[in-house]
Amino acid sequence: MAGKTLYDKLWDDHVVHTEDDGSCLIYIDRQLLHEVTSPQAFDGLRLSGRQPWRIARNLAVADHNVPTTDREKGIADPVSKLQVETLENNCKEFGITEFDMADIRQGIVHVIGPEQGATLPGMTIVCGDSHTSTHGASAALAFGIGTSEVEHALATQCLVQKKAKNMLIKVNGKTGAGVTAKDIVLAIIGQIGTAGGNGYTIEFGGDAIWSLSMEGRMTVCNMAIEAGARAGLIAVDDTTIDYYQGRPYAPKGDDWNMAVRYWQNLRSDSYSGDLFDKVINIDAAGIKPQVSWGTSPEMVVAVDANVPDPAQEADPVKRQSIERALQYMGLQAGQKITDIKLDKVFIGSCTNSRIEDLRAAAAVIKGRKKAASVKQVLIVPGSGLIKQQAEAEGLDKIFTAADFEWRDPGCSMCLAMNADRLEAGEHCASTSNRNFEGRQGYGGRTHLVSPAMAAAAAIAGHFVNVAEDVA
Amino acid sequence: MKAFTTLTALVAPLDRANIDTDAIIPKQFLKSIRRAGFGPYLFDEWRYLDRGEPEMDCTNRPLNKDFVLNQAQYQGAQILLTRENFGCGSSREHAPWALEDYGFRAIIAPSFADIFFNNCFKNGILPIVLPAETVDLLFQEVVDGYQLTIDLQAQTITTPSGQSIVFSVDENRRFRLMNGLDDIALSLQHADKIKTYEAERAKRAPWLFKDA
Repeated sequence: MAGKTLYDKLWDDHVVHTEDDGSCLIYIDRQLLHEVTSPQAFDGLRLSGRQPWRIARNLAVADHNVPTTDREKGIADPVSKLQVETLENNCKEFGITEFDMADIRQGIVHVIGPEQGATLPGMTIVCGDSHTSTHGASAALAFGIGTSEVEHALATQCLVQKKAKNMLIKVNGKTGAGVTAKDIVLAIIGQIGTAGGNGYTIEFGGDAIWSLSMEGRMTVCNMAIEAGARAGLIAVDDTTIDYYQGRPYAPKGDDWNMAVRYWQNLRSDSYSGDLFDKVINIDAAGIKPQVSWGTSPEMVVAVDANVPDPAQEADPVKRQSIERALQYMGLQAGQKITDIKLDKVFIGSCTNSRIEDLRAAAAVIKGRKKAASVKQVLIVPGSGLIKQQAEAEGLDKIFTAADFEWRDPGCSMCLAMNADRLEAGEHCASTSNRNFEGRQGYGGRTHLVSPAMAAAAAIAGHFVNVAEDVA
Repeated sequence: MKAFTTLTALVAPLDRANIDTDAIIPKQFLKSIRRAGFGPYLFDEWRYLDRGEPEMDCTNRPLNKDFVLNQAQYQGAQILLTRENFGCGSSREHAPWALEDYGFRAIIAPSFADIFFNNCFKNGILPIVLPAETVDLLFQEVVDGYQLTIDLQAQTITTPSGQSIVFSVDENRRFRLMNGLDDIALSLQHADKIKTYEAERAKRAPWLFKDA
């Protein structure tokens, strides 16, 4: 049948020029910058004597290296400090808006974009960070790029791209108790694998997706990259439009009305599957709370399952991967997931640090305290404004009463570029997105879970099925 | 950027699937504000037995003798042979920077993660996708001193026995890599088109153009 997918529409709307081999010059509506992947791009501009094409379409924030405690003392690590200062100096030199550490709007780049309305439906958005896929929750074509492309987008407001294929992942029906957006996306990755989305843009649809809040949709699209897709998308509906009304960078007045009319078309013309190169249907009712056991996000099972046995795997490459992962993680084949003991718990990251995530974690605690065997529980809100909101709701008091640490916003222990990290051999229940070897600290062992699952594990000292714990 | 035309070089086999960018270059090294000098820290957690830190002198660090790049017969390798989904994870261009700084100019695998694949072309590295069975055969053939010849113009790989393997690269990428061209300069040749696009789009979506 004739018609376009949401991805087709976004793509077609941004083509500036098409080469003979099909690669296109694509216009970029918004670039988000952070301290880790931008210094060499600014150096490149200086070396070539170029200026940013449209300065106001860039927005910068430091997030990866910033401390989440004692901020008034500055950054202790001189190498991190230099990187954050370099971003500040580059933004001053080129006239780019930056939210510095003292700004209430500072936070994780993928959290503050939507929060400020710097992300809007229908945009193309890039950032030198793979989790830029997060912004696709707002029906924006958003993807991570390397530093050379950061420089390219600064200098030309465009990128050279080849169109990806269209994939539809439909999560049909309703999810059960204790099952969140995080569990949905982990279950998807468990099913299609970390390379399943390579070469595709994934549109997520189906009732279980469309009934999610914007926060939940961002969690799903955030991890599209963990399924191999550079970009994830979710269609515009009233939830999207309501979310953006009144945001600082959102259009106002007549522009708002015009934008809403335009945004309402930002959905695929049909979800029967005919328009897509690949369609995957998933039954929401079959998804249970998820826990990753290995060193790749696809190494994930339901909380009531067991750690897999490599002897049961026929493919030699996969068998070897399982063996290696079990060894690194210090787990036994066949061990119950609920028997895994935790040393630390991390609730935060661009995947799960929004107000809804903090509410979900707080709801599980209900006046209880962290287990004595758990050394540290970090709660790291995604932005200064989320922190403020959580404190207005009294969530910080619930966390500190449970002996959880209430921190300042940043990427923190998701990738441990600042002082927050695991020690070798420590098991961590983490609401972040990657469980690669060493990701949260040298020798650290990450288990990816939802905020509710992480909070419940902090109380019990081991994984518990939050669907039952809620009772 | 260095141009890539032909390369005859030693092959190092790294027999793992899903090698992520955190393994290629761990995050502590991303604090550097420079573009060079990442080579000594390539695969840091696999290559050394101690914990690597930025700006560390690696000459006396304890080596993991089991790791392939530490073995005598693979010293000087410029072609990396590996398994599917190489370069998955983060968008850090530090990964190709580290591979290039170490000396790799080509990577052969059944598949690559999209962002990493793209970043290679910006740094004079040729990522070559071959069918899994062909990669399997190459893994079986790699012995001491095993060299391949890669010809980007002809899009062929020649093995020591004279067998020719065909691969393909997008025309636009191939052209840019073969000539070592500056992508930004090429795109700016379309400056008028970009301005025309902006003027036309400002009518459809004026709220995106109300900034200074």
